[in-house]
Amino acid sequence: MSLWQSYIMRLRRKRAQIRAWRKHFAVKPVRDRTKQIKPGDILLFSTFRNENVRLPYFLQYYRKLGVSHFLMVDNDSDDGGREFLTGQPDVSLWTTKASYKRSRFGVDWLNWLQRKYGDGHWTLVVDPDELFVYPFCDTRPVRALTDWLDSSGVRSFGAMLLDMYPKGRIDAVNYRPGQDPVEIAAWFDPGNYMIERNRSYWNLWIQGGPRARVFFPDRPKKAPALNKIPLVKWDRRYAYVSSTHTLLPRGLNLTYDQWGGEKASGVLLHTKFLDTLPQKAEEELKRRQHYSGSVEYKAYAASIQRNPELWCNWSEKYINWRQLEILGLMSKGNWA
Amino acid sequence: MSVGIIMLVHTAFDRAEQVARHWAAAGCPIVFHVDRNVPSKTYNTFVNAMSDLPDVRFVKRHRCEWGTWGLVAATQEAGETMLAEFADVRHVYLASGACLPLRPVQELIDYLADRQTTDFIESATTADVPWTIGGLDQERFTLRFPFSWRQQRYLFDKYVQFQRAVGYKRHIPNGVVPHMGSQWWCLTRQTLSAILEDPERKAYDRYFRRVWIPDESYFQTLARLYSRKIESRSLTLSKFDYQGKPHIFYDDHLQLLRRSDCFVARKIWPFANRLYDAFLTDQDSAMKRTEPNPGKIDRIFSKAVERRTRGRPGLYMQSRFPAPGREGGLTCAQYSVFEGFSDLFENFEPWLAKATGARVHGHLFAKERVEYSDGQHVMNGALSDSAKLRDYNKRAFLTNLIWNTRGERQCFQFGPRDMIEEIEWDIAKDPNAQISVITGAWAIPLFKSNKNFSDIRKEAALLQQIESEHLKALRSEWAKARIRIWTLAEFIEAPMEPLQTVIDEIGKQYQRGLAEVPKMADLTGFGQFLQNLKNQGMHPYLMGDFPVAHGRHEPQQSKRKPYLVR
Repeated sequence: MSLWQSYIMRLRRKRAQIRAWRKHFAVKPVRDRTKQIKPGDILLFSTFRNENVRLPYFLQYYRKLGVSHFLMVDNDSDDGGREFLTGQPDVSLWTTKASYKRSRFGVDWLNWLQRKYGDGHWTLVVDPDELFVYPFCDTRPVRALTDWLDSSGVRSFGAMLLDMYPKGRIDAVNYRPGQDPVEIAAWFDPGNYMIERNRSYWNLWIQGGPRARVFFPDRPKKAPALNKIPLVKWDRRYAYVSSTHTLLPRGLNLTYDQWGGEKASGVLLHTKFLDTLPQKAEEELKRRQHYSGSVEYKAYAASIQRNPELWCNWSEKYINWRQLEILGLMSKGNWA
Repeated sequence: MSVGIIMLVHTAFDRAEQVARHWAAAGCPIVFHVDRNVPSKTYNTFVNAMSDLPDVRFVKRHRCEWGTWGLVAATQEAGETMLAEFADVRHVYLASGACLPLRPVQELIDYLADRQTTDFIESATTADVPWTIGGLDQERFTLRFPFSWRQQRYLFDKYVQFQRAVGYKRHIPNGVVPHMGSQWWCLTRQTLSAILEDPERKAYDRYFRRVWIPDESYFQTLARLYSRKIESRSLTLSKFDYQGKPHIFYDDHLQLLRRSDCFVARKIWPFANRLYDAFLTDQDSAMKRTEPNPGKIDRIFSKAVERRTRGRPGLYMQSRFPAPGREGGLTCAQYSVFEGFSDLFENFEPWLAKATGARVHGHLFAKERVEYSDGQHVMNGALSDSAKLRDYNKRAFLTNLIWNTRGERQCFQFGPRDMIEEIEWDIAKDPNAQISVITGAWAIPLFKSNKNFSDIRKEAALLQQIESEHLKALRSEWAKARIRIWTLAEFIEAPMEPLQTVIDEIGKQYQRGLAEVPKMADLTGFGQFLQNLKNQGMHPYLMGDFPVAHGRHEPQQSKRKPYLVR
């Protein structure tokens, strides 16, 4: 039985790789600086569309953490983001006009790039609105973490998506390029997350947070998944199957302890809820390129017209990773 | 007289060089052993880089893999060179490339000069310490280990199993008692030369070659044979986690390391620039003659190991999701569940809150919405009051609530009208739950209601069925909660005593006895109501033995004044 299951998983992994190969023809290089990549470099992979306003801070944040090279796929932006990235010395850029949805929300494109350039490197896959927070990130670069993971024989590192939101209306404060988005979206839900274990892929399925509380209180099953595994010591045989929620081979999804202990984990601060969202929601509704018939954006659009306030009495204001650790949203594990 | 340093290096050569120059500047001769796995190009560069220092030697390279003989062979080789080439060395200090001197080298030299015949080597018998990894303690000395644990794990395990099965046991030469301890030691010339020049050395070497992790036991055992004075501790601060790999020091450990007063620390992350800058340049700190005191570092690392192995019970998160039965307790703190009390008493919730100071919720698992205390719509942790969200994962709801309100006792109402499926078992099995039940009290709201009797009868039958199923859970052998069950008739005979017991258990601060009692519902005619149900063919048995007629069993409380002071 389990042999059969392993075989099915192998087929799925192969299929993901074939898809990645098929879809890569539509992805054209704009600026290829991958020759600069040295062995042992930490690489960041990301796909984006019309995120120009976020890109300056995004690059600044991850450069500071010690990411050596950015491999970005532009999905037909028309806001100048592509031109901005072309001028960055540590960015390799590709562009495509192909369908985001039919590349399984960018996974196919990135799987291809990771297979080609990520083999043997620690790779970080994040969206432009996600800021990676890990234990000791204020004093230790990502390399300290990856060296420690290497020495512990760990290949993947989990970081849950934590939705950040402002106090007051989402569109009350204007986000400026280069600004730390957490200055505006400073609040989060500290303790309303629900976890289940996926029996076939072995990963955890986490839902909850403000999106479940405000947008999906009557349809909890539809609430978006928050579990992510963004940091992986990549091997060309690996593949992401759905966003960065699920990896194959399945062993990579075991980023949690099942015996009562805690493994080390981080958080992705998700700064989607800024004044840029209403416009984005409208656009995405028209394009219908998002997960599950864009049900998420439909819900946003509906609620945003009513009262776009996610903040509540029990919202917590973000201070640092130690706060998240104490609240139990992430863990140091045995890293000290 | 000086201290000689043996340095085992296999990576981060720039750091090794930096540290070596630091030792050399204080007049310490150094013997290097470089792992044979290092490419010869890298090796030659390193040798060239060190060539300007006069008192530096390199020895024959051995392949050093964790847990194998190579490390001991390398150390022996370096020790021989050290003793032969530097005649005025009295103490030999074994260090690695990732070791960092924390105090001025002169302090170490002085410290050792004051203890000329003392060997600093951690050395304990296997029976006395729980250090071992992988379940092999005594066996690491009585079995043979020809396979690598890292690279040939399968063969390693199989061969151990095989030897156990056939009852193989090695003979320990000359009846020495195996000792083990940290591999980083500091031995006197006398002891080290005695070990290296021992006429029996061949026999010992042959034996230890097949011991598991000989670098933690070879010198530790043999030092016992020759040392005049052993201080069983390492001068190198080195901590290991539960997998047996060393904890690593980073920039943010600077103050911690400063205050530890240890001479040398390992292992330092090669990119910890601040640590290297601080400890290798800043030499003018006052000479302290203090003993090393790594207590605080010990605590931090042992806490980290506990976090990894035990975690925080009652917390479910992305990297702690125990399989059922391995949670170490479903919830993180004690809480109280009341069943039937708010049916029997009109003002039970405010009364309980006042009497105990705890947070008292209504029916958290009510059908329509989550009834948080004071009618709130969102609770600690931003928990929603949506019944659908709660029912989507009731277990997560409960554990979240208890986790979010750490430090404040939670009480809530529970009963057959609620969505109790599944969660009733979780609560019954949770040792943190204190469950108090008045069975049959669900009939009181029916009795007070203005419904048609046929509907009442139908509902009573349903509730009775649910509650009796629920009682099975509470009385099952798996129930681990603190459970108290009274029938309604039993309870109203003497309500104060059970109330007092339950409340004493909740809070310690209200030991004086209850100043107020809650107001009980007026039960005049309740006996007749139950009889009517019986007459309709529906036998309400969970209330206990309730007399029909007004008589001495009719509850007295209903006629009393609602409040009394004891």
